[in-house]
Amino acid sequence: MLTLTHFLVLAAVLFSISVMGIFLNRKNVIVLLMAIELMLLAVNFNFIAFSHYLSDTAGQIFVFFILTVAAAESAIGLAILVVLFRNQSTINIEDLDSLKG
Amino acid sequence: MNWADLNLMPALPEIFLLAALSFILVLDLFIPDEKRDVTYGLSLLTLAACAALQLATFEPFATTTFSGMFVDDPMADIIKVAMYGVTAAVLVYTRQYVADRGMFRGEYYTLSLFALLGMNVMVSSSHFLTLYIGLELLSLALYALIALRRDSAAGTEAAMKYFVLGALASGMLLYGMSMVYGATGSLAISEIAAAIASGHSNAVLLVFGLVFLVAGLAFKLGAVPFHMWVPDVYQGSPTAVTLMLGAAPKLAAFVFIIRILVQGMGELSGDWQGMLVLIAALSMMIGNVAAIAQTNIKRMLAYSTISHMGFLLLGLLAANEQGYASAMFYAMVYVLTTLAGFGVLLALSHAGFECEKLEDLKGLNQRNSWYAFLMLLVMFSMAGIPPLAGFYAKFAVIKSVVDLGAVNMGFGMVSALYLAVFAVMMSLVGAFYYLRVVKNMYFDDKQSDAPIVVRGEMKVLLSVNALALLVLGVLPQGLIELCIEAMRQSLAVL
Repeated sequence: MLTLTHFLVLAAVLFSISVMGIFLNRKNVIVLLMAIELMLLAVNFNFIAFSHYLSDTAGQIFVFFILTVAAAESAIGLAILVVLFRNQSTINIEDLDSLKG
Repeated sequence: MNWADLNLMPALPEIFLLAALSFILVLDLFIPDEKRDVTYGLSLLTLAACAALQLATFEPFATTTFSGMFVDDPMADIIKVAMYGVTAAVLVYTRQYVADRGMFRGEYYTLSLFALLGMNVMVSSSHFLTLYIGLELLSLALYALIALRRDSAAGTEAAMKYFVLGALASGMLLYGMSMVYGATGSLAISEIAAAIASGHSNAVLLVFGLVFLVAGLAFKLGAVPFHMWVPDVYQGSPTAVTLMLGAAPKLAAFVFIIRILVQGMGELSGDWQGMLVLIAALSMMIGNVAAIAQTNIKRMLAYSTISHMGFLLLGLLAANEQGYASAMFYAMVYVLTTLAGFGVLLALSHAGFECEKLEDLKGLNQRNSWYAFLMLLVMFSMAGIPPLAGFYAKFAVIKSVVDLGAVNMGFGMVSALYLAVFAVMMSLVGAFYYLRVVKNMYFDDKQSDAPIVVRGEMKVLLSVNALALLVLGVLPQGLIELCIEAMRQSLAVL
């Protein structure tokens, strides 16, 4: 029998993986974008699980909005990535170090 | 929901802004490059009309619409009018700068207005959904604005960093929101507050969610330990965009925090007070100390922003009306100061030259004593030297902390005096690098003889802006009473 806790633990694991992906990843910006996407999906998991166990649809409606915004967000992220590649000919995170002081 | 009962009056300024903005977006397609001033003029006109509508529909109490998702209270009204003014000033200050750098296009103006619309929605939301939508509308517009100079390597790098960390912050906020939703069974701020007050919510989930919410808010505000993006983004963005993202969004972020932490989770103030004490103290320390080591003035101002956000949180953590009002006053004064500071930097920049090194300000007094004087006012105000507005703002937040007596740090009560003394010491550290700028301007020899050419309307507005710091410092009573009254009216209802 699946309980709310199972879903919450799964969401927490996915969320942790995505945060790790953002902080530990030193190679590729595209992996960062994937981690961000995963993070939002983990949150969606939470919302849907709560929404089901509370018998309240508001949480599921919130998920639709998050999905839509996530689509717009990755469009902008990829656009910035393209411009970045044009300027620097690399999308290696370690090369993004021109700004410091 | 009954459509006949739908009262759109509270959202009238936002609806007008969206309509005008869409009109400008389409009209701009048919405007040739040499007539781009039409877009600029229409944007300013839109902002003036929005401010007029906001004042015309002013009510001294909170009204809601869209099934309680949108609230229009005195706090929102005041902050929104301030944001229209700030955005208009930003557009005026940056007019020459963007023209010199190939950014004088319709996108710059429409994206700025979209960001403003997002801030308006944030300020007026009373539901997690509208809070999130407003925040994302603001953030997405800002990501695009930072990358607007497509040939600038620093600009695109800054955009990428802001994008990744902004998305991370949104993720944290959403995770916190989902936990709070699970604990209270509602997404509306007022219902969340009622559920927490009734004691029927799951306390563990609630505190777990609160931690993520505070982390997300600190990220957006740029407070330590979530501040890494601020210096890079401030330095890498074109100065015009740095001003755009350093000014009005701070006002919106302030209301955002009030809505979530105070109106939604005010009952849990004992839990978030300790977290805010830590964040505020670290921000004041790291911001002020790291700023000393900077040679780039935009980066220095970024660290100074971090320390100012620490002071802002000082007012919030008092968790009473006086504290919130002083934080609101602090936010207003901070935005006014930043506006004037970056305004002077923009005035000194010209085609092919960015005024962003500390040396670039050397001998400014010999080149143009008026701008040197305006910058002096800004620096003295940031350092908190009387009789400028920055002094009274710092005084008000520190007073609200001292009046508190003791703060709850989670592990026990600690005397608030320690925190107040620490804040004063840190602002003394800060005075060093603000005064270094003044020393550069007045006591060093000039490095260049380039004439300072500034458009007439900017010259007037910049002078008014900087002198307002002096006026507000001598006569702060009007604005602080307005803040107190707005806070009382806005917090009473929800």
